[in-house]
Amino acid sequence: MTLAFDLCLMLLLVALAVWTVMVRDTMSAVTGLMGCGVLLALAWMRLAAPDVALTEAAIGAGLSGLLLIRAAAYEHATEVAEQAPRGTRPGPLATVSVVALCVGVAGLLVFAVLRLPIPAPSLAPQAVEHLEATGLGNAVTAVLFSYRSLDTLLEKAVVVLGLVGIWSIAPDARWKAPVRVAVVDEGPMSLLGRVLPPFGIVLGILLAWNGADDVGGAFPGGTVIAAMWLLALTAGAVRAPSATSGGLRAAVAVGPLVFLAVGVAGFWLADTFLALPPGATAKAWVIVVEVGLTVSIAATMTMLVAGPPGGGATG
Amino acid sequence: MSTLSSVITVLGVLAGVCFFVAGTVGLLRFPDPLSRLHALTKADNLGLGLIVLGLMPQAEWPLGPVRLLVVWLAAILSSAVASQLVGGAIRRSSGSAGE
Repeated sequence: MTLAFDLCLMLLLVALAVWTVMVRDTMSAVTGLMGCGVLLALAWMRLAAPDVALTEAAIGAGLSGLLLIRAAAYEHATEVAEQAPRGTRPGPLATVSVVALCVGVAGLLVFAVLRLPIPAPSLAPQAVEHLEATGLGNAVTAVLFSYRSLDTLLEKAVVVLGLVGIWSIAPDARWKAPVRVAVVDEGPMSLLGRVLPPFGIVLGILLAWNGADDVGGAFPGGTVIAAMWLLALTAGAVRAPSATSGGLRAAVAVGPLVFLAVGVAGFWLADTFLALPPGATAKAWVIVVEVGLTVSIAATMTMLVAGPPGGGATG
Repeated sequence: MSTLSSVITVLGVLAGVCFFVAGTVGLLRFPDPLSRLHALTKADNLGLGLIVLGLMPQAEWPLGPVRLLVVWLAAILSSAVASQLVGGAIRRSSGSAGE
């Protein structure tokens, strides 16, 4: 029975992925991609990886989809006019070489996967073995904060850099204007933007708090809070902040800064950069970092979707 | 007791699946956007509601059924708002002659 479900899921996933690549219209492709994200989240659940599933659903399907929808809506007007006329389309030689390249890459991937020894090499036993020393109950959080914390730190810094990139395309004249979110002034939206956020914010905090020992973490938690903020902004229930606001900038920066501070403190607490003392104190430090990161991710994700101040060059 | 809960589950899920199939057929076959929306909301609200009702006896007492109920309520809320917004957009784009 579960085999039938898994097979259906796999077929759907591959079919939707192929459709997403083949479809001509950008908006349809984005819709397909978001559908793929939801199906992927289900697939991760079937692989017993709820943390990855949550992040995929929140970021892969939700947030990236939202960003791409905005881009697609902006491009939509010019897209039809710019369809290449017949003469400038790639000739048969180009088409054949592209197909050959794709088949070649896919073939190499299949070859590489089939060559993996059985059982596949895994660091999972070692990761679980030392879980107790990290003071954490969730192996994924332990990998993120205890084993590979440099990767996690850089990952958060990249997200902040992304926001700096988006803010930097705002024209000078509009730099001090509040970020512009399209307010949908309709009854149902006003209702949703006022009813859902209280529950959503509690859920986001719960996800972030649970991350140390159970399913969750700063990324899905922060993204859920960001979604609630966007909902309230779209409903016109809260005022949009300006990119020059000190509070907003502090919220964006606090996570990586706390992470960095704890990392530097590692020189004294343990023996090196980003090291944590073993046992229960390590958990306390991880929670401090997670709280900071949740605030930062919530603020950064909201601002990423909201776009450049004053609506940017798009007017 | 377990026979009764199994019967409830089978009936509830089967009825829910019927609504989902009918909703999907409607989504694919109905001629205009508003009717397609109508078909979709039946699957969302009634279909999911019946499946949740069917699964409730199987969930771990007492929080499991409550959790399922919350999932259903959240789906109803979002689908109601989304279909209102889509309906409004259809109305505007077709010059208030949405029917």
